[in-house]
Amino acid sequence: MEICVCIKRYPSLGSAIVLTEDGMAIDTDKLGFTLSPHEECAVEAAVQLKEEHGGTVTLVTLGPEGVEEQIREQFAIGADRAIWIHSDSTDVDPQAAAAAIADAIEADGTPFDLILLGSESADNANAQTGVRLAHRLGRPVATAVKGMAIADGTATVERAVGTMREVYTVPLPAVVTVKDGLNIPRYPSVPGRIKARKKPIEEVPANLADPRIELMGLTAPIRESKGAQDLGAGDEAADALVDVMKQIGVLS
Amino acid sequence: MAEELKAPTSAKCVVIGAGIVGNSIVYHLARLGWSDIVQVDKGPLPNPGGSTGHASNFIFPTDHSKEITQLTLESMRQYREMGVFTECGGIEVARTEERMQELHRRMQSAKSFEIEDTAMLTPAEVKEKVPYIDEEVILGGFWTPSVGVVDSLRAGTIMRERAQEMGALSSLPNTEVLDIEVTDGKVAAVVTDRGTIETDCVIVACGCWSPRIAAMAGAAIPLTPAVHQMKDIGPVPFFADAKGDIEWPIIRDMDTFMYERQHGTGLEIGSYAHRAILYEADEIPSNEQAALSPTEMPFTQEDFDLQDEHAMELMPDIVGDESIGEKYACNGLLSLTPDGAPILGETPEVKGLWSAAAVWIKEGPGVGKAMAEWIVEGEPEIDLHGADIARFYEHQKTREHVVARTSEGFIKTYGIIHPGEQWTANRNVRLSPYYDQQKALGAVFYEAAGWERAFWYEVNAPLVEKFGDAVMPRTAEWDSRWWSPIINAEHLQMRETAGMIDLTPFAIFDITGPSALDVVQRTAVRQMDVAIGKVIYTPVLTPRGGFKSDLTIMRLGKNHFRVVTGGAHGMADRKWFADQLPADGTAQLQDLTSSMTTLGVWGPNARAIIQSLTNADMSHEGHPFGTCRVIEIGSLRVLASRISYVGDLGWELYLPIEQGAKLWEMVWEAGQAHGLIAVGVGVYGTTGRLEKGYRAYGAELDSEYNVIEAGMALKKVKEAEFIGKEAYLKHREEDPVALMCTLSVSDHTSSSGEKRYMLGMEPILTLDGAPVTDKNGRRSFVTSAGSAPSLGKHLLMAYLPPEHAVEGKDLLVEYLGERYPVVVDRVGATPLFDPNNERIVS
Repeated sequence: MEICVCIKRYPSLGSAIVLTEDGMAIDTDKLGFTLSPHEECAVEAAVQLKEEHGGTVTLVTLGPEGVEEQIREQFAIGADRAIWIHSDSTDVDPQAAAAAIADAIEADGTPFDLILLGSESADNANAQTGVRLAHRLGRPVATAVKGMAIADGTATVERAVGTMREVYTVPLPAVVTVKDGLNIPRYPSVPGRIKARKKPIEEVPANLADPRIELMGLTAPIRESKGAQDLGAGDEAADALVDVMKQIGVLS
Repeated sequence: MAEELKAPTSAKCVVIGAGIVGNSIVYHLARLGWSDIVQVDKGPLPNPGGSTGHASNFIFPTDHSKEITQLTLESMRQYREMGVFTECGGIEVARTEERMQELHRRMQSAKSFEIEDTAMLTPAEVKEKVPYIDEEVILGGFWTPSVGVVDSLRAGTIMRERAQEMGALSSLPNTEVLDIEVTDGKVAAVVTDRGTIETDCVIVACGCWSPRIAAMAGAAIPLTPAVHQMKDIGPVPFFADAKGDIEWPIIRDMDTFMYERQHGTGLEIGSYAHRAILYEADEIPSNEQAALSPTEMPFTQEDFDLQDEHAMELMPDIVGDESIGEKYACNGLLSLTPDGAPILGETPEVKGLWSAAAVWIKEGPGVGKAMAEWIVEGEPEIDLHGADIARFYEHQKTREHVVARTSEGFIKTYGIIHPGEQWTANRNVRLSPYYDQQKALGAVFYEAAGWERAFWYEVNAPLVEKFGDAVMPRTAEWDSRWWSPIINAEHLQMRETAGMIDLTPFAIFDITGPSALDVVQRTAVRQMDVAIGKVIYTPVLTPRGGFKSDLTIMRLGKNHFRVVTGGAHGMADRKWFADQLPADGTAQLQDLTSSMTTLGVWGPNARAIIQSLTNADMSHEGHPFGTCRVIEIGSLRVLASRISYVGDLGWELYLPIEQGAKLWEMVWEAGQAHGLIAVGVGVYGTTGRLEKGYRAYGAELDSEYNVIEAGMALKKVKEAEFIGKEAYLKHREEDPVALMCTLSVSDHTSSSGEKRYMLGMEPILTLDGAPVTDKNGRRSFVTSAGSAPSLGKHLLMAYLPPEHAVEGKDLLVEYLGERYPVVVDRVGATPLFDPNNERIVS
């Protein structure tokens, strides 16, 4: 079974987010990078399917220098190869991103039975790339999936909608976007790390279309201190506690 | 809202930092009777986000540095007392023969510094203790049963709460220091975001943020945040039944600069093998910005790739298990200093501003105690000269120097460091005026306090042949590394004719003014109210009567004294004298280190050489020993001081640094007719000195030994008061519990038949192999070792308790795993070479 997983790195954030001077991006100078939990679940699902059905897991990512780190991390989990669409940034118009990924997949030529994505990225959360990619490739798409089984050329997927559970079947080849909770992603092992170093990354240039939506600016959330505040003890603390509850909107 | 925490408006002292060091300091200050202590940290309690919070928390006690080992042992004592120490044992394993030798050397240091029950293990014995290693990979191990793991956060909380229970401390977490105010060179207040606290005592215990905090007051704490990588894997099936945090011995895989320790059901793998990854204090994210804590930086796997393989080689069953995942990994920040030592003590820039930085978990509580003693009592019990912040010269405080040396030094964390090993980064910073002339003579330069010092001269190589076996050639690579037989050849030639020695690295400062005599009297043990032109060699004592320094003071005028001291400790000595200056400004200290150079000329022909250059009367009567005066050598006015540290007749010639090259040229030319050679510091610092039994500060002399023990007491004690006098008088009345002795090696032959030569710090043992300990619990070990070519002996200096301090007494020295017979040749200070000093005083 040939499986493709699209991943995108984003900065690991603390409680206070620092923006670049122009307010157009997160200042990542002091930050590391990671994958969103959705995408970690997507890779885990792919590796489990490979273990069950055989085949290969191909990663596709779009991003600048440094994304190798996330690729190698997922190689260590069990992905086999990667296509790195080399762009200046991960902040790319989702329509252009989907097109670039589709181009790369077509150029690669691997007949992927299943293309997995996170349901939305952890930073921009446009929730567009999976759907647009399926459209471009002319494949069916199931989104926000929290359960999945593959049998006889068909994916059976589950979605949680409100309190309901929806179950669909999707004929392969298909695109599925998954949500955190689909599985419990494994941690990379040291032997996995060592193997990861030798796995191939194919680098291709990004020919991105001009963006059709434009970011006007970001506003960082109000900085919250990680430090606990001592409101006092016993009855004496009651007033202060009420004040805090009002402040955070629990009481009006 | 609850009332915002407000800072008090004043405090006896402010401790900035609530990591292991800050918490230890507040406790020990309170224990010594201080109250009204305020502790500030910008992070929350109990883990404010510094290096303590992510520390690996294990302690291996053995270090080749006495003071570090002592701080560690004291810390272990405190951790045990607090109930936060779990003993698990530890094994340092070797993969190479060179490392096996190093492990034997660590056995030596363990014996020298009283770490009990250590043993060398075979690979099979290592495997027995740690079944999950592949014993095929290693050649052996060094076992220390007292290795353990501490809960450093809990320890910090306990100490902080103890200080609070004594009513001595208020702690302000989540409080940021914005400024430190300084008035007239003294600390005045700490400005925080919760208000300003007036105080005349501030202690910077801010770990890797310390440079930034100290800079607010205009002081330098030259350290850099640096990455130490670690990862936790697990759960490990082998540890499934582990109930405690640590149950298996910790392994240090020394040759790969790594460690592996069981941590609950996991295995922590740490490394000091990767490239030096340095940050600036300002590059560390705040508590709020950081994804984990500020000092847990994102892990960079590519720097750990090789370490993964090394860990898998040593522990294939665990690390190679694909089902065991990596649960946590970080690039943990710690503090590195340019010479690897902590940075402790009062800053020379600002009175009342103290540094307690670059301290590892294993030293934390010991440092807390020592700092409190230093601040409250004026002196720590453990001698801390190696860590004294006052040691740094200006260039050593620069970011460039810190980066250069820590980049080079990081890999030395688990490295094999030869005692003579030289730094390679940021050299050629301080050049003597003779540098070019020395280079032309094939000088091999070592570094001292930034100065390039000729250690020997290749041009003297033919002398090795001339003197043959008298140069005491060494065949073993370790013994002869950073050494040359040319040193001994230069020594023998100097004793025959004459040698000139560059002494530019001396730290020189003048004390002048109406109170100058008071200042030097108060500082020196010996009488300083002497005739103008006298040169006095004197101990300088700490309040408790230990050695602060030993140095030379010349009286150049009624109100003018010149202090000359070794370069290595020169800046600490300068601070010591500066601290004695009266507040009324009636005495001043002027540092002439960079304006004066010193050239030493010694040997039987020294007089003839100098006399040929000057009209001044250089005869014994014309220029007696222990005096100085200005003479003319050509067009140069030179202060000639007749003393000797090498045991031969001669002078130290002081003159302005820009005229040095001219003096060198004139002495060199005049000397040719008298067999003069250039002689390196190998002779000055070791061979010449040891033959004469001269003690060196930092080796024989430190604050843990007194003048009587060092054998340096004079018949009379001066009337004038001086620091340490009361203790000194008391010491004179007591029977010393140890005496400085000079020993020689009776047989150098190792079991393989090779002659071996000790290099220093080796333990002295009785004939039945037992360590020697004096009544104050101090072990006997070799403080200095080196050739005595004129005696044909290899000499060792060591303090011995009276029962062993008997001339002719047979003992043993342990060197790299073997024992060699030694004999006590001298008790006390009478030189073995020329005991009546006829060569010097004639």
